[in-house]
Amino acid sequence: MVTATGTARAAAAAVVDPEMPMLTLADLGVLRDVTELGDAVSVTITPTYSGCPAVDVMRDDLRAALTAAGFARVEVRTVLSPPWSTDWISDEGRRKLADAGIAPPGRVGLRPAGPVPLTLTAPADVVPCPRCGAPATEETSRFGPTACTALRRCRSCREPFEHMKEL
Amino acid sequence: MNAHAHAEEEDATNAYQSLAETVGHDDPRWAFGSGVEDVQAEITSPVPEGVDPADLAQYCLMVGDDALICSQRLTEWVSNAPELEEEVALANIALDLLGQARVLLARAAHVRGDGDEDTIAYRRTESEFRNVALAELGDGLDFGRAVARLLLFSTWRLALLQRLLGSRDPVLAAVAGKGVKELAYHRDYAARWVVRLGDGTPTSHGRMQAALDVVWPHAEELFRTSDVERRLAGAGVAVDPADVRAEVDAVLDEVLAAATLIRPQRPAVGTIGGRGGRQGVHTEQLGHVLAEMQSLARQHPGATW
Repeated sequence: MVTATGTARAAAAAVVDPEMPMLTLADLGVLRDVTELGDAVSVTITPTYSGCPAVDVMRDDLRAALTAAGFARVEVRTVLSPPWSTDWISDEGRRKLADAGIAPPGRVGLRPAGPVPLTLTAPADVVPCPRCGAPATEETSRFGPTACTALRRCRSCREPFEHMKEL
Repeated sequence: MNAHAHAEEEDATNAYQSLAETVGHDDPRWAFGSGVEDVQAEITSPVPEGVDPADLAQYCLMVGDDALICSQRLTEWVSNAPELEEEVALANIALDLLGQARVLLARAAHVRGDGDEDTIAYRRTESEFRNVALAELGDGLDFGRAVARLLLFSTWRLALLQRLLGSRDPVLAAVAGKGVKELAYHRDYAARWVVRLGDGTPTSHGRMQAALDVVWPHAEELFRTSDVERRLAGAGVAVDPADVRAEVDAVLDEVLAAATLIRPQRPAVGTIGGRGGRQGVHTEQLGHVLAEMQSLARQHPGATW
């Protein structure tokens, strides 16, 4: 998807997510395109959630990073479609999340067509504890400190942790 | 990683530092006019062929105002929720809906060629809003009423957005693409609370049933088809809300059964001369929502800080 291979690409890919700074925008999978044309560069990103408040900060950070990299004209655009999925988080990003104590999301795969089924009980997904590795953990809240995380607790070490929920 | 990049990464972990860097850069407008229309690629897409731009703008207002007003109501729980986890959940749900609303309002402004998301949100009067009454309904900070309203709203909106995935309007389709995933979480959240309270203690059961009784009379409006929706559904742009009734009913019945609650048998709130929220006829409650939502923007037009 990313077309540029030069300095612009490197500068944009190194910008970190404002809410989860252990991840770069490239790790998170929100960097959709970087196109260089002389001293101008156009970057396309996609929000994780519709109301993600971090998008404005990402735009500013991208502009600052690309200006610092020597580009005179920087355009940052956002696209909604196709919608971002946690499946777009890179393997490197998943490793960094786990290292930071945030359980990475499971794989979503293709969403089946037709109505979304109701889930009245919290899914019994196996989300291993990112601290002690124990498999038995429980969800304490579907919505964590950011829109993209849920809160869980490990049944073994009793530590609470964040889980980046599947989207 | 070189030293400069490393320093930047450290800075990014400091919220105040990154705020300070942002201000004085080229976009210091944190209050109004952050400009979703300028940067959101899909918003400037051409109006689909054969579609009346005025109809499309009206429809974007309907779907956008539903989200905006419901979001504003949910936001009332911030600093008022019974537990921090619920406050965060309700605020996150409100934020998702606000994000959907911003794009739809900006689309309406673009299609009309007049104003932007902010003028549409902050400068319209009650009769210019096109949301259904359910969205504007106050809950009096009764948690049961908040989740009852959210259950109806999110079940209905999820069914609508699911069908809008195939809309010929690229903005409606794109909002639906993101919204379906978000609404699935909102509906699960509301449904689980309705079950937990309904199938809980006699007190929680009674209060949950009473909450359903209050919101249910506003369900009928959700399935009433306006002229604009009828025309645009025919053009492959909108959804005829009457078409989602069976699906919504089935989901609600499943939740009510698990919650040991009964479907309220209350007369539906009627129309006034055939007009309701979609035609700009609202309950007296919308005025209170707008007074709170718009007062700052009206007192300080174009303010920045």
